[in-house]
Amino acid sequence: MTRFDQLGLRNRRAIPFADVPTEELATFGATIVGAVRSGWRVVSFFGMPDHGGSTRLVAVLAQDGRGELGATSALVGEAYPALTPDCPELHDFEREVAEQCAVTPEGHPALKPIRRHPADHAARALPAGAGRGEYHFSRLAGEEVHEVAVGPVHAGIIEPGHFRIQAHGEEILGVEIMLGYQHRGVERLLETADRDRAVLIAESIAGDSVIGHGGTYCSAIEALARSRKTPRAQAIRGIALELERLANHIGDIGAVAGDIAYQPGAAYLGRMRGECLNLLMLLSGNRYGRGLIRPGGVRFDIEPEMAAAVRDRLRRLQAELHPVVEMMLDNASVQSRLEGTGVLPHAKCLELGIVGPSARASEVARDVRHDHPYGLFRFAHIPVATAWAGDALARVLVRWLEVQRSLDFVIEQIMSLPRGPIRVDCGPLGPGELAVAMSEGWRGEIAHVVITDDAGGIRRHKVTDPSFHNWRGLAAALPGNQISDFPLCNKSFNLSYAGHDL
Amino acid sequence: MIRAIRARLQQGTRTASFPAGEADLPERFRGRPVRDAARCHDCAACQARMPSALLEAAGPARARLDAGASLFAPEEADACASGAIGFTRDFRMGTASRDGLRSESGEIALADALGQTTRRLFGRSLRLRSVAAGSCGGCEAELVALSNVVFDMARFGIQFVASPRHADGMVVTGTVSHNMRDAVYRTYEAMPDPKLVIVVGACAINGGPFRGSPEVANGIPADFPVDLWLPGCPPHPLTVLDGLLRLLGRMPDRPSA
Repeated sequence: MTRFDQLGLRNRRAIPFADVPTEELATFGATIVGAVRSGWRVVSFFGMPDHGGSTRLVAVLAQDGRGELGATSALVGEAYPALTPDCPELHDFEREVAEQCAVTPEGHPALKPIRRHPADHAARALPAGAGRGEYHFSRLAGEEVHEVAVGPVHAGIIEPGHFRIQAHGEEILGVEIMLGYQHRGVERLLETADRDRAVLIAESIAGDSVIGHGGTYCSAIEALARSRKTPRAQAIRGIALELERLANHIGDIGAVAGDIAYQPGAAYLGRMRGECLNLLMLLSGNRYGRGLIRPGGVRFDIEPEMAAAVRDRLRRLQAELHPVVEMMLDNASVQSRLEGTGVLPHAKCLELGIVGPSARASEVARDVRHDHPYGLFRFAHIPVATAWAGDALARVLVRWLEVQRSLDFVIEQIMSLPRGPIRVDCGPLGPGELAVAMSEGWRGEIAHVVITDDAGGIRRHKVTDPSFHNWRGLAAALPGNQISDFPLCNKSFNLSYAGHDL
Repeated sequence: MIRAIRARLQQGTRTASFPAGEADLPERFRGRPVRDAARCHDCAACQARMPSALLEAAGPARARLDAGASLFAPEEADACASGAIGFTRDFRMGTASRDGLRSESGEIALADALGQTTRRLFGRSLRLRSVAAGSCGGCEAELVALSNVVFDMARFGIQFVASPRHADGMVVTGTVSHNMRDAVYRTYEAMPDPKLVIVVGACAINGGPFRGSPEVANGIPADFPVDLWLPGCPPHPLTVLDGLLRLLGRMPDRPSA
């Protein structure tokens, strides 16, 4: 049997699914725990029905330093010993398996429903009435402890989620985050819809990451179809991904400014976020880039005049952006509100498997563009931006650094697009294969794992949004802060509810 | 202080000229879907190729276009090989009735102003409560954009408020997922009368890309008295603003583009 790390699995490369080892339960757990202890990290972990009513658990692991991916699997019945006690990164993945597949990870420290829906990937018929699991909140006891409940309908225009805060006076002791309100059944839809419709669903996994999820979905499909998109298509996708990052990072810095009542930042940056969205609309006809990325390449070309227009508008944006952000970050009251707020320590980041800017702000230098380079990022490199303090200020600083680098990157790349067609054929999928596609969305690593059946149909489509890893980071960063800083902490992470809930 | 003043001068005034001036939308912008009757050969091939519910399944007769169900995806236009289906750059799409979004050619019955009594109440001050209910977050992002300095909805006296108790109307986005259904009803009940219901985006109108999933209600339940339907995936902020101003009787009448 091939070892999990010798499959030749790489970002956006398909391998025969039969090559993925099927381990005994005990060695399966030991493989994952051992790999994570020696520097690997969990990209995805999920279950799918296998023969005879058993469920196949599949783990996809990444070794960032070497740009390698690994995979292993095991067959389980109705229950198996939970791996979370030895591998905390799996905490929510095992809750997810329990809910999707009706398999119990025994000994899991907090086995609660994660999205509150009936099992949709169960290997056996479930008893009548098996549906949405009951959700019980943890509660602190004590005379001076009180509880604050927020959501799912919030004070602003925000996606729905429920936060249960245990507090002593103004101090947060613990927060439990209950999500699932945005659950639409995305994975099931991706597994059953035909391709023309599936790409529209992929673009709607998280509405602020249309390019991120759309591009990752298409790359997984292309890997399975052996469709090799042209350098020009890759360049346009890379540019669109960076425009999406620019829009969201600039918007986030502005939203943080809004949450600490620094109005000039909120007003100017809110407007400049829109500028980036308008550039995506120029390219694709939609402010979020819908319709641009399709299997086999991209749908719309960037003509020379359009490229020059984008470059000029980005240069103007650059000139307008610097004075505003620098003025904001030099302001003593801004610094004092952000510094030391919502600290996520480096070690906690590693333990929980945090990704994206939230990890980089705690000096965990993870970036798919750098670690598992793909498309345009194999030829043109963006330096990885990090900060060390792990607080709200660090998360703002990392975004600001990334904004500057992405601006330079797009301005340079858009004027030197490779020649060639923008789209090639993307035919039927190879049967019995597994492909892992990862991208560095603006929130962090977006992973789509697609496994095909013997006829080349989709047997399992697992989506892992960066928010799925990072919501636990927010919960870990909150204790010790004041209740009134909860919105600021939340905003400094700015996680997706829809991406988590699927 | 001097830096703040300098930044303010550099930033200038950026509010969109809408509704007085023309909207600045790029060539590729996909607005109101239309069908050119001259190019349609009634072959019905589009029905099998359509990735959304833009075409109503309508038996032997020519299927009507339902702008409310459109995902504004280029593939919807591709569904007709003769090029009969396409998108205009017209962003005005708000209607007062669900049926106003349906027609053979893609004409839309734009919303009329509310009755005089309601208009007297809300015409110059409308407070809205947003409820996201099983969405991707895209429509909410555009609702947030309405409050930025470009669209600046507050200049018309329209604002989003923090509680349904303070609201004159509820803006629903999303498919109405199973887990949000109760919250949508309770938000509506918590608002004082008289109250408006505004439905934003393909998901809230008929389920959007998630239509048919067992986890969603395919949009707002039929028992809500909807006052304004706003198609889009997500709708452009101007689509929302235009619809709201029409509802309040504050749009100068102009023929649609």
